[in-house]
Amino acid sequence: MLPVYVPILILAVVAIGFAAFTIVASHLLGQPRPTDAKSAVYECGMPAIGTARERFPIKFYLVCMIFILLDVDAAFLYPWALIYPQLGWFGFVEMLVFMTLLGGGFAYAWKVGALDW
Amino acid sequence: MSPLIQDLIEKAVVVLVVFGGLLGVFSLCTLIERRVLAFMQFRLGPNRTGPQGLFQPVADGIKLFFKEEFIPAGANKLLFVLAPAVAVVTAFMSTAIVSYGGALTVPALSFLPEWLQGRVIELQIADLDVGILYLFALSSLGVYGVVMAGWASNNKYALVGGLRSSAQMFSYELALGLSWVPVILVTNSFRLPEIVAGQAGWFWNWNCFALFPAFLVYVVAGTAEANRTPFDLPEAETELVAGFHTEYSSMKFALLQMAEYVNMITISALGANMFLGGANTGLPFLPPTAAFGLVGFLAFAAKVAGFLFFFFWLRGTLPRFRYDQLMHFGWKVLVPVAACFILVVAGVVAALA
Repeated sequence: MLPVYVPILILAVVAIGFAAFTIVASHLLGQPRPTDAKSAVYECGMPAIGTARERFPIKFYLVCMIFILLDVDAAFLYPWALIYPQLGWFGFVEMLVFMTLLGGGFAYAWKVGALDW
Repeated sequence: MSPLIQDLIEKAVVVLVVFGGLLGVFSLCTLIERRVLAFMQFRLGPNRTGPQGLFQPVADGIKLFFKEEFIPAGANKLLFVLAPAVAVVTAFMSTAIVSYGGALTVPALSFLPEWLQGRVIELQIADLDVGILYLFALSSLGVYGVVMAGWASNNKYALVGGLRSSAQMFSYELALGLSWVPVILVTNSFRLPEIVAGQAGWFWNWNCFALFPAFLVYVVAGTAEANRTPFDLPEAETELVAGFHTEYSSMKFALLQMAEYVNMITISALGANMFLGGANTGLPFLPPTAAFGLVGFLAFAAKVAGFLFFFFWLRGTLPRFRYDQLMHFGWKVLVPVAACFILVVAGVVAALA
């Protein structure tokens, strides 16, 4: 039997090879001749002011944090769902407790406005 | 020839066929989308290059290969070049566990080598035990390409587009992941062939009927995850020029587009597998294994085509969300609905057991 991950390895090689080939080929065929005007940052016809790496809203960090919390919890739901028939009502109650705790945190985030834009 | 070599050859061919097929479907999609949109807007669309404009994707590809590429001043060169590659590689990697319509049986033709005659070829790259978990992991990785592209460009539009896009993908990925849990609860498997097999028989056995709320959440979140209208905020051209790929040109732009379309195809194929019965025709007297498995493949292809057409149709019909509406909808509607539905399904399953 062929190990089940070998085809994934083949796919990875094919995909990476394809991406590398495309980028290199278009670089060679496109023959970039950069000038100052060409390589200027696009700004709707205005000269760009300063750099782009400035401060941006902290909202994005908040969403990220909530996502990580809930996503890890979603990852817990998967194995639970897989063996659910063996667990029965015990599993249901356990997950209800888990989801209630999770929902409490979610409700708090909702209430303090972390989800408002 | 040893069985190991035979397996290796079979899998290598399957990988190459799937890869080439995805590229083909991607280029067809770019054409069909433009034709469908044109039809909906009383235009003709690209119809000059070849019959019905069929060679348009080829012409576009050749044009993009020969385009001069720009790297904006002050850009992080490494990340700028790497971003499209990361996007497209993760997009292709997540197609590995999709079941492309059951299995094909090679007919016992005399000119074929003996080991190939009557061989059953699974139309799937890898039948992992952790199938859906693998997909969950890779769909998270897909965000990296977008963030890298937005950050590396040194362009304010690109940065805001990349940030918005990542926040959107995070939010809807959660709903997407939660919408899969009811399916796992019903079939108790991470493997797509088993999930498909669980929906055999009449078409009312398909998961989209019994698990309709999950199906609804899946379609909405999938549309957002693939950055399709009405959720194409990352490239909202009226406010952000083109979002995270403002500065991209030539083939690097094409790779980002390709990643988006491959993601869309994956979402369609996965939806067909998990909710629409995959290779099952929905008619018990027409099993997917009939005609060397071609029936199953065609049933699957029709479902995927239906999904893709639905995405094009949405783009022709709906206006774009506003960003605050988008985040509200994702967090305050989809996630609670998906989470509550998991508990409902779990309760029903426990009561029936």
